Amino acid sequence: MGRIDERFSNLKSAGHSGFIPYIMAGDPSLDTTVDLVLALEHAGADVIELGMPFSDPLADGPTIQAAGQRALANGTTVADVLKTVEAVRRQSTVPMILMSYCNPVYRYGLKDFVTACADIGLDGMLLTDLPPEEASAYKEAMHDAGLDTIFLLAPTSREARIKAVTEASTGFVYYVSRAGVTGERHSLSDSLGPMVGQIRSHTDLPIAVGFGISTPEHARAVAELADAAVVGSAIVRRIGEGGSDPHLAKKIGEFAAELAGPLKG
Amino acid sequence: MTTTDTLPDERGRFGSYGGRYVPETLMALLDDLEAAYREARESEAFQEELSGYLKNFVGRPTPIYFAERLTERLGGAKIYLKREDLAHTGAHKINNAMGQILLARRMGKTRIIAETGAGQHGVATATVAAMFGLDCEIYMGTEDMARQALNVFRMRLLGATVTGVDSGSRTLKDAINEAIRDWVTNVDSTFYIFGSVLGPHPYPMIVRDFQRVIGVEAREQILEVEGRLPDCLIACVGGGSNSIGLFHRFLDDDVKMVGVEAGGHGIASGEHAARFQGGLLGVLHGSQIYVLQDEDGQIALTHSVSAGLDYSGVGPEHCYLRDQDRIEYSYATDEEALEAFQLLSRTEGIIPALESAHAVAEVVKRAPTMDRDQIILVNLSGRGDKDVTQAAEMIEGID
Repeated sequence: MGRIDERFSNLKSAGHSGFIPYIMAGDPSLDTTVDLVLALEHAGADVIELGMPFSDPLADGPTIQAAGQRALANGTTVADVLKTVEAVRRQSTVPMILMSYCNPVYRYGLKDFVTACADIGLDGMLLTDLPPEEASAYKEAMHDAGLDTIFLLAPTSREARIKAVTEASTGFVYYVSRAGVTGERHSLSDSLGPMVGQIRSHTDLPIAVGFGISTPEHARAVAELADAAVVGSAIVRRIGEGGSDPHLAKKIGEFAAELAGPLKG
Repeated sequence: MTTTDTLPDERGRFGSYGGRYVPETLMALLDDLEAAYREARESEAFQEELSGYLKNFVGRPTPIYFAERLTERLGGAKIYLKREDLAHTGAHKINNAMGQILLARRMGKTRIIAETGAGQHGVATATVAAMFGLDCEIYMGTEDMARQALNVFRMRLLGATVTGVDSGSRTLKDAINEAIRDWVTNVDSTFYIFGSVLGPHPYPMIVRDFQRVIGVEAREQILEVEGRLPDCLIACVGGGSNSIGLFHRFLDDDVKMVGVEAGGHGIASGEHAARFQGGLLGVLHGSQIYVLQDEDGQIALTHSVSAGLDYSGVGPEHCYLRDQDRIEYSYATDEEALEAFQLLSRTEGIIPALESAHAVAEVVKRAPTMDRDQIILVNLSGRGDKDVTQAAEMIEGID
C-alpha cells in the first residue's frame, strides 16, 4: 500500500477528513519550501501538493500565477523541485504529490521524470492539462514506478467522464468544486454535494475537493461531504505577503492548523 | 500522399500532433463544440447561411491579382496575390470568425470571447459580434495593444471590451492563457472564437475548415486565368490559419508549398518566432505541437516585428505536413519583412500587413530563381494600415 492509500485508510478509521495544502516550490525560496512543507505537516497536512512552476499556467488564477512567476524569477528549475522533494523526504514521511503542467514533464522526458520522482520518494502527480484521454503513456510509466495518478473532475464532467476519470485515478480523485481557475472564493458551490455523491457512486477512491476553499468554515463544509479538502490560493497568498519574514513557516503553519482543525473534529 | 481530408482522426490527431490537453472543466465543452460543429458541417442550411454572409458581408470571393510590376522587378516567376486584404475588416481572419459565430448562435451561446495578437482576429470577432448583437470580450497582450493601437480602437468602436493582459511576454500567448481562463470560468454562456489553427481539438479542424475557402477560390481563379495550377504557394505562418487556408485545397496537387515563419532578429539571436528552426515537440494551449521553449520546458518569449506571427507554437497540422515533407518552412527576418513591406507598397500600390510582408519577403528570394513561365501564388493575408505607425518608426528616410 502506498503512502497516500495508507493515509486515507488511517483517516477513515479515525473518522477524520484529510487536509491537503498546496504550495509552490521555490516561492519564496527552495530552502523555505522545505521548511513550509515540514510546518504544514506539523499543522496536520495529510498530503502535500507541491506546485512545480510553469510559465503558462492556464488553469491558475492570479495568486498561483504570481507564485509561479516568483519561483521562476528565483531561478527554480525542474531539477531544483526534485531536490526539494528529496530534502523533505529525508526528514519526513508525509505523502507528497507534484502538481504541474505537461510541458515541463515532457521536456524532461516522461519516463525519466517519473523514474526520478519515484527515486526521491514522491508519491503521486497531477498534471492539470492532462486528461485521461491523453494519458496512456503517463499512466503506464506512473503505475510501473508505483506512483499515484491523480486526475481532475469538474462540475461540467458528465457520467461517462466521471467513469473514465475515476478509472484512471489512483490514490484519490480531485474534484474541482467550481468551473474556473484556482483562487479564493467567498462561498462553496451548491452543486458540491450532489456531484460528490455522483462521483462516489462510481468509485471507492477518496474524493478530495479543491478550488475556492479558503476558510476553516469552507473546510468544515467540505469535511461533511468529501474525504479531503485542498487549500491552495489562501495559503499561497499568505506566503506571497510574508515574503522574507523569518517566521514565515511558523505563521503559515498556524494558519494551516486553523484550516486542518475542522477536518479532524 | 496522404490526403488530409481524413485528418484529424477521432482523437483530434494529425499524425502524432494535436490532441486535447486541457483542464477537465473544458473537456465536456470541447465535446459539445465538436458535436455541434460536425452537425453544422453536414447541414446544408448552415453552409448556405455561411456562404451568404461570406458573399454579402465579407465580400468573397476575394480576387487574385497578377502583380506585374513586382514580377518584372524580380525577373523570374509570375507572381499572383490572393487578396485576403480586401476581405471586410482587412484580413482573412473574418472567414473563421464568421463561421464560428454562426456556430455559437446555433449552440445558443450569448457571450463571445477571443484572443488576439495583431488585433485582426479581435477586430473580426468584434465585427461579427456587433453584427449579431452578442456581448464580446477580447483579450490582448499589453505589448500588442501598444503596437496595434489602431486595432484596439477599432474593437472598442465595434462595441467590444478589450482586456489587456499583463502577464508573461504580454503578447498572443498570454492573451490565449487569459481567454482560456475566462472560458473555464464562464462555461455556460460563453463561446470562445479561437483565431488560429491552434488549441485543443476541434479548434485546429474548425479554423482550417473555415479558412479553406481561400484555397478553394484561389485554385478555381488561377485555373481560370492561367489554365493551370501554380508551381508554388507561399504564405506566412504564425499559428498557421491563413497558410493552411490557402494550402489545404492544393494538398493533393503537384504544387510546392512554402510556409514563412517570423525570423525576428535572426535565428542565431534567439529573438524570433521560427518554431521549426528552434522549437521542440511540446504541449502548449491544449495541443501537442512544436514549441519554442527552454531546456526546462518553460515556454520561450518570442520576438517578431509582426504581432500576428509573434507566438511560441505552430499549429498541429503544420507540424504533421512538415514531417510528411509536404510543406517546406522558411523564415524572414524583421528587416527582410520591412523591405518587402515597402517593396510591395511601391511596386503594386498595395500596403501589406507586416505578417503578409514575411510571405512577400520569401517571394523576393524565390521568384528570381524560377523560370518566367512558372507561377507563384502568395497569400496576401491582410492589409497594412494597422502597421503604418509602427513601420514609420522603423523605416528611415520616409518623411
